[in-house]
Amino acid sequence: MIPAMNVTVTHPRKELEVQGPIHVRQLLQRLDLTPEAYLVIRGDELVTEDAVLQDSDAVEIRSVISGG
Amino acid sequence: MHCRKCPRSAVIKMPRHNTALCKDCFTEFVRTQVRRAIASHRMFTADDRILVAVSGGKDSLALWSILLQLGYRADALYVNLGIGDYSVQSRQKVQRFTDTVAAPYRVTLHIHTIEQEQGAGIRELATLVRRPTCAACGTMKRYQFNRVAVERDYDVMATGHNLDDEAARLLGNVLHWQTDYLDKQAPVLPASLDGFAKKVKPLHRLTEREIAAYALLHRIDYIVDECPMAKGSKLLAYKHALNQLEMESPGTKQNFYLQFLERRAASPDAHHTMAEQDRQHLHPCTACGQPTSAEVCSYCRMMARARAEAGAPAH
Repeated sequence: MIPAMNVTVTHPRKELEVQGPIHVRQLLQRLDLTPEAYLVIRGDELVTEDAVLQDSDAVEIRSVISGG
Repeated sequence: MHCRKCPRSAVIKMPRHNTALCKDCFTEFVRTQVRRAIASHRMFTADDRILVAVSGGKDSLALWSILLQLGYRADALYVNLGIGDYSVQSRQKVQRFTDTVAAPYRVTLHIHTIEQEQGAGIRELATLVRRPTCAACGTMKRYQFNRVAVERDYDVMATGHNLDDEAARLLGNVLHWQTDYLDKQAPVLPASLDGFAKKVKPLHRLTEREIAAYALLHRIDYIVDECPMAKGSKLLAYKHALNQLEMESPGTKQNFYLQFLERRAASPDAHHTMAEQDRQHLHPCTACGQPTSAEVCSYCRMMARARAEAGAPAH
């Protein structure tokens, strides 16, 4: 089994596995997500787009957009 | 990535300001933006009693937290809209915040439950009156927040509307040339006549992303899930479009909204429009007494129609 990091994206919620190492910027591009609409959280730590995510990381990509 | 103000590591990059900040410098940035909004629009003073409209989301809980930390006297009102598990969860978030973060400030949380007082949740009400749920929800919340603020003698009512909310609303109003609504789109709506609470938006200089980051960094436990009723809303489409533009040209959202405010403030008739128009066109609703431009206000019309559709006797 190839190791990979667990990535959770919030609403619409989905979980996926991504192979590291990968920059936050690249991860968002790969998932076609707009950086302005999301926070990327490693464990419980907010990270910037130049952070490198590893296979051992648990990553949440949290949508910040709300409203109706 | 390093903080542009100190040697620590940055936690957030903010292209619209061409900067990146660490937790402490970012916290100071957020509080400065709120202080600047309050001062430049004369929203309230340290002596005023403020009622914060809280939903359990990031914006309203961050606003309540910031106002308390800045030393303001801020109570809160939560309107339980009866939207199944979402309302259960959002109320829990508000209660937990009240018991932990807000409790040391000896504040009061008011709770209004729509199911108790109107006999149906907002989804059922919207279906009965054949209106989009978000429209019925807006009417309901505006009415209840204003009513509680007036009845309990608060000086001002504060909501967590942010830069994205205001820019998206402005875009929608401009796209449809709803110029009447443009007059009402301001960070401060005055208490222009009896029965109208003054309403303010102290977060209007901050983006949703900045507020979400602030909430996360300060361990504010908010409801992350989107309201299930908001799916497909036009406001979300406008926000998405603006974020695409923001990526191409950082600063687009703030230029769009803040320059709209500046240009309107500079226009010769800016200072008398809203309050004077309110006094000319509004009068007490014949059913409830709250200000309205019609004989019966939109809330009372909605509730009367719901009662009629449900077959309940009108009162």
